[in-house]
Amino acid sequence: MVATPAHLRSAAVALGNDEVLRIRNDFPILQQRVNGKELVYLDSGATSQNPLSVLEAEQEFYEQRNSAVHRGAHHLAVEATEAFEDARETVAAFVGAEPDELIWTSNATEGLNLLTYSFLNASLPGAGAEAARFALAPGDELVVTEMEHHANLIPWQELAVRTGAVLKFIPVDDAGALDLEAAAAIIGPRTRVLAFTHASNVLGTINPVAALVGLARSAGALVVLDACQSVPHLPLDVKALGVDFAVFSGHKMLAPTGIGALYGRSELLNSLPPFLTGGSMITTVTMERAGFLPSPQRFEAGTQRISQAVALAAAVNYLSETGMDRIHAWEAELGQRLVQGLSAIPGIRVLGPAAGQERIGLAAFDVAGVHAHDVGQFLDSRGIAVRVGHHCAQPLHRRLGLTATTRASTYLYNTTDDVDAFLNAVADVRAYFHA
Amino acid sequence: MSLDQLYQQIILDHSKARHGSGLAAAAAPVGASGQSHQLNPTCGDEITVRVSVAGGKVSELRWDGDGCSISMASASVLTDLAEGMTTEELRTVIGNFRDVLRSRGKVPADPELLGDAAAFEGVSRYAARVKCAMLSWVAAEDALGQAVSQ
Repeated sequence: MVATPAHLRSAAVALGNDEVLRIRNDFPILQQRVNGKELVYLDSGATSQNPLSVLEAEQEFYEQRNSAVHRGAHHLAVEATEAFEDARETVAAFVGAEPDELIWTSNATEGLNLLTYSFLNASLPGAGAEAARFALAPGDELVVTEMEHHANLIPWQELAVRTGAVLKFIPVDDAGALDLEAAAAIIGPRTRVLAFTHASNVLGTINPVAALVGLARSAGALVVLDACQSVPHLPLDVKALGVDFAVFSGHKMLAPTGIGALYGRSELLNSLPPFLTGGSMITTVTMERAGFLPSPQRFEAGTQRISQAVALAAAVNYLSETGMDRIHAWEAELGQRLVQGLSAIPGIRVLGPAAGQERIGLAAFDVAGVHAHDVGQFLDSRGIAVRVGHHCAQPLHRRLGLTATTRASTYLYNTTDDVDAFLNAVADVRAYFHA
Repeated sequence: MSLDQLYQQIILDHSKARHGSGLAAAAAPVGASGQSHQLNPTCGDEITVRVSVAGGKVSELRWDGDGCSISMASASVLTDLAEGMTTEELRTVIGNFRDVLRSRGKVPADPELLGDAAAFEGVSRYAARVKCAMLSWVAAEDALGQAVSQ
């Protein structure tokens, strides 16, 4: 076992291989063989797998309680509404939010688009006085970082184009860390929104939220946190972080696709204009106008993703019972094992923090002379699933002088044997392709 | 299907040799020519292919690209195959290559028609890689159309 540097050790006892092997029994998909080899799934950064309890929760909902929510007086409607709102309470509590501060979305991408379209609505004529605080005008500035996933970049680009606001970005250094001095110079009185990722899906870096929130606060800007790679992997409290909005995706945290959430401070959500309008989000409707319900219904027009919400709550319960601090500690060990092992292989360049520095349990890397697609294909022949490409972060890759990389990302069901099988395979890649 | 059936030696060799690579450094084309840039947005692979036509035949094919071994080898093999063909022959070969690659293994490659490009038959079993192999061929088809219409 590779020793984790003292300053990175959590007070929590990390999961161990024995416990992980028991955890794996809860995941039917991990029991299979791929290309004649035991499946080694190292692509949880893209999408995670579902334990039986999650699959059963969704099935149980459809078998016992399926109905539309927040309407109808019949037994099933009441049961479904309770399940739906209980799920909201569970997921909200998991991230330290109040239930009315958690809005269901399809995924983080939709959460960010919901926000940017709501800001756009606030900027249009007739938006009303309470929306004025979100209205953007030419000269206003939106700030993101150079390491953003496209999901936390393009919606802000589009918002800037449509409102005349200026989009700025905090650059990253050669090691992939945010340049905080530059950030202090960029974030100023004209900054209206600072949107950044909590943990990079490429670099594995955990960004200094407190420092960035401090800069935004002194500039009077709103803070939007992309928590896609943090909520599934470490204990997180949105109130303690002090952000105004946060988004995450269920499918990256043991839940099915099609469900995610947007957190927003209650006071903000209740003055932000809605994005989607229609049924279920209104008070009184005339042929001319409609009144809107408070959050969360204000942002949940139409029939919702009820079974997925129930399944996400089951996933959250699974994670909570295992212990997020223990999961985080284990993945930090796996992350160090990945980066130390990769760094020892000739011709491999690991992106992001060096061995011994804090990172989440993933590592993206370049193999000299071999394209990432070929690396991924070679690993697949050994039953190892990784992600290849730009990982929806083209600007970051361009900044680091690369087009495509390979990424291994771990989760609570990965053992050190998984990491070692991966490292052994990577060590053979260059010889196979005569690089 | 094994990895070696996908990465046949001929593919690995061409991915290094890259015949026809060096568009930027190539002399100005003689006769009619067309040029096409194609991108694979999922991985960022890209290629620019220039096809020159003289007397009804492909007189030269040159390209610049950056991508995986399959896409680079495919452009190299295409160069060897295309030069000297009539424009109609090249169209037929490109159409056949596309049929084979999109067949998920159902349409066997004809070495008589495709020559070294028959080695890419195995790619059709890997849906994610079909685009890699097709990239330069799609570019060549587009460039050829431009050259012929001049």
